[in-house]
Amino acid sequence: MAAYSLGNIVQSANFVEIRNLNFTYDTRPILKGIDMDIHKGQVVAIMGGSGCGKTTLLRLIGGQIRPTGGHVRFDGEIIHELDRDALYETRRKMGMLFQFGALFTDLSVFDNVAFQMREHTDLPEAIIRDLVLMKLDAVGLRGARDLMPNHLSGGMARRVALARTIALDPMLIMYDEPFTGLDPISLGVIGNLIRKLNDALGATSIVVTHDVQESFQIVDYVYFISEGVVVAHGTPEDMYASSVPFVHQFIHGEIDGPVPFHYPALPYPEDLFLERSHA
Amino acid sequence: MLEHLDRLIRKTGHAGIDAIWRLGYAGKFMFLTLIGSGTSFRRFHLTIREIYFTGVRSLIIIVVSGLFVGMVLGLQGYETLQRYGASSSLGVMVALALVRELGPVVAALLFASRAGSAITAEIGLMKATEQLSAMEMMAVDPISRVVAPRFWSGVISMPLLAAIFNTMGIFGGYLIGVVLIGVDEGSFWSQMQAGVDLRYDIMNGVIKSFVFGIAVTAIAVFEGYDSPPTAEGVSSATTRTVVTSSLSVLILDFVLTSFMFRGA
Repeated sequence: MAAYSLGNIVQSANFVEIRNLNFTYDTRPILKGIDMDIHKGQVVAIMGGSGCGKTTLLRLIGGQIRPTGGHVRFDGEIIHELDRDALYETRRKMGMLFQFGALFTDLSVFDNVAFQMREHTDLPEAIIRDLVLMKLDAVGLRGARDLMPNHLSGGMARRVALARTIALDPMLIMYDEPFTGLDPISLGVIGNLIRKLNDALGATSIVVTHDVQESFQIVDYVYFISEGVVVAHGTPEDMYASSVPFVHQFIHGEIDGPVPFHYPALPYPEDLFLERSHA
Repeated sequence: MLEHLDRLIRKTGHAGIDAIWRLGYAGKFMFLTLIGSGTSFRRFHLTIREIYFTGVRSLIIIVVSGLFVGMVLGLQGYETLQRYGASSSLGVMVALALVRELGPVVAALLFASRAGSAITAEIGLMKATEQLSAMEMMAVDPISRVVAPRFWSGVISMPLLAAIFNTMGIFGGYLIGVVLIGVDEGSFWSQMQAGVDLRYDIMNGVIKSFVFGIAVTAIAVFEGYDSPPTAEGVSSATTRTVVTSSLSVLILDFVLTSFMFRGA
C-alpha cells in the first residue's frame, strides 16, 4: 500500500480545532491541555499507549462527555456549548466506528446499515435498499446483507460497522482502534478502506490507534499522546525520524524506555523481605 | 472506638447520599423516558415488537402458573369451604382470590423474573457493547428509541398477562372443583357471576396490574440503562431488577389493597 502525501490535500481553516483541552475523571486527570488542528480532507492518527486518553478524546469531539477545560471546535461550532438538539444536528455530520463495531445485535447487516437512513430520512424503502447495497458494496459485503451480526467474523463486523458509519456520508469519520484484533488480511482491507472512503467521500478522518505499521501507510498526520499531553506531532516520515524518546520507543516497540516495563512498586528485595531476613 | 464510630457514621452518610442521588437520577430518567415516549406511539411497530418479546414470550410461564395456582386454590378452597358446608361457593372464592390479589401479584412477580430481567440484561449488554453510544453518535436518542418502547410494552402487557393468568386460574379451579371433586357446576359458575363485581373487583385488579406493570418495567429499564458496562455489572443489575421489582410489587399491593378494599 502506497503512502499518501499531504500534497493533494486541500488546506483550509481547521475543520476540527482542539484548544487547551482538559478532562478529569473523578480526581484523575486524563487529558492535560491538548491542542490539535485537523484540516478538511486529512486522515489524522492519534497514537499512544493503552489508557492514555485517546478514546476519551474521540468522545469529547463527539460531545458524549464534557471537557473540564478548553474546547473542541468542529465545523465552526464549539461542541460543549451546543444544546441537545444542536448537538444531535451536529452529530449527523459525524460518523464513528467503535472498537468492536457496536453493531445492533438484533438487526441484520442490511438493517444495521439502513438504521440511520430510516431514523433521519423519509426516503422510500426502495431507495434505502439501493443506498444500503451501495454502502455494503463499498466495503465488499453486499452479499452478506441478510446475515446477523453474530454470524460475522471480527473483520466483517468491522466492515459492516464502517458501511453503517458512512451511511449518511458524514463530513468527519472517527475510528476508535479500527485495527484491534484483526488478522493481517482484514487489517489491510480496513486500512485501505479508511483511506479510500475518506478520499471518495471528501471527508476528514481521525483514527485512534496504536498500530504503527498499518496506520503510517494511510495517514497524513500523526499526533502522539502520552500521559494526557501531546508529546509529538508531524507526518509519518517526521515521526519515523523523531528523536522524542516516547515516540522512538513506541514506533520501535522497545520494551523499556520512558514507558517503563515495571509498574511502580517497592524495591524488589524489600518486597521479598530480603533486607529484614539479612538483618 | 471513636474512630470506628466515625467511620460508621461516614459510611452511613455516604450510603444515604448515594441512595438519594440514585433516586433523583431515576426520577430524571423516568421523566426523560416519558418525554421521549412520542416515538413509541408514532412508530407503534417498535412497541409492538417489544410487546412480542416481553408479553408474548412470557405467555407460557403465565399460562402454566395460572393453571396450577387455580388448581391449588380449588383444592385448598374446597378443603376449607366444605367444613362450613359452603363448597358450592368454591367458584366465587377462587375468582375473587385471583381477580383481586393472586392474578395481578403473581403475574407481576413472574413478569419481573421473566421479562424484567430480560429487559435489564438486554439494555445492559447494549450499553456494554457500545450499541447505545453508537446510537447516540448517530444522533438517535437511546431513551426514545430503546428505553421508551420497552417501558410501554411492559405497561401494556402486564394487565393482559394478569387477565390471562386469572382466566387460566379460574379454569384450573374449575378442573379441580367441578371435574375432579364434583362440586355442582351450576352453583360454581352462578355464584361466581353473582359474587364478582365488575367495577369493585375486576377494575381494581386491572388498576393493580397496570401499576405493577409501570413499577416492574420502570425498574427494569432503569437498572439496564444504569448498569456498569461489565459482565459483573449487567449480572448484578439483572439481580437487582428481580429483587427490587418483586419487593415493590408486594409493597405496592399492600398500599393499593388498603385503599381499594376496606370492607365496603
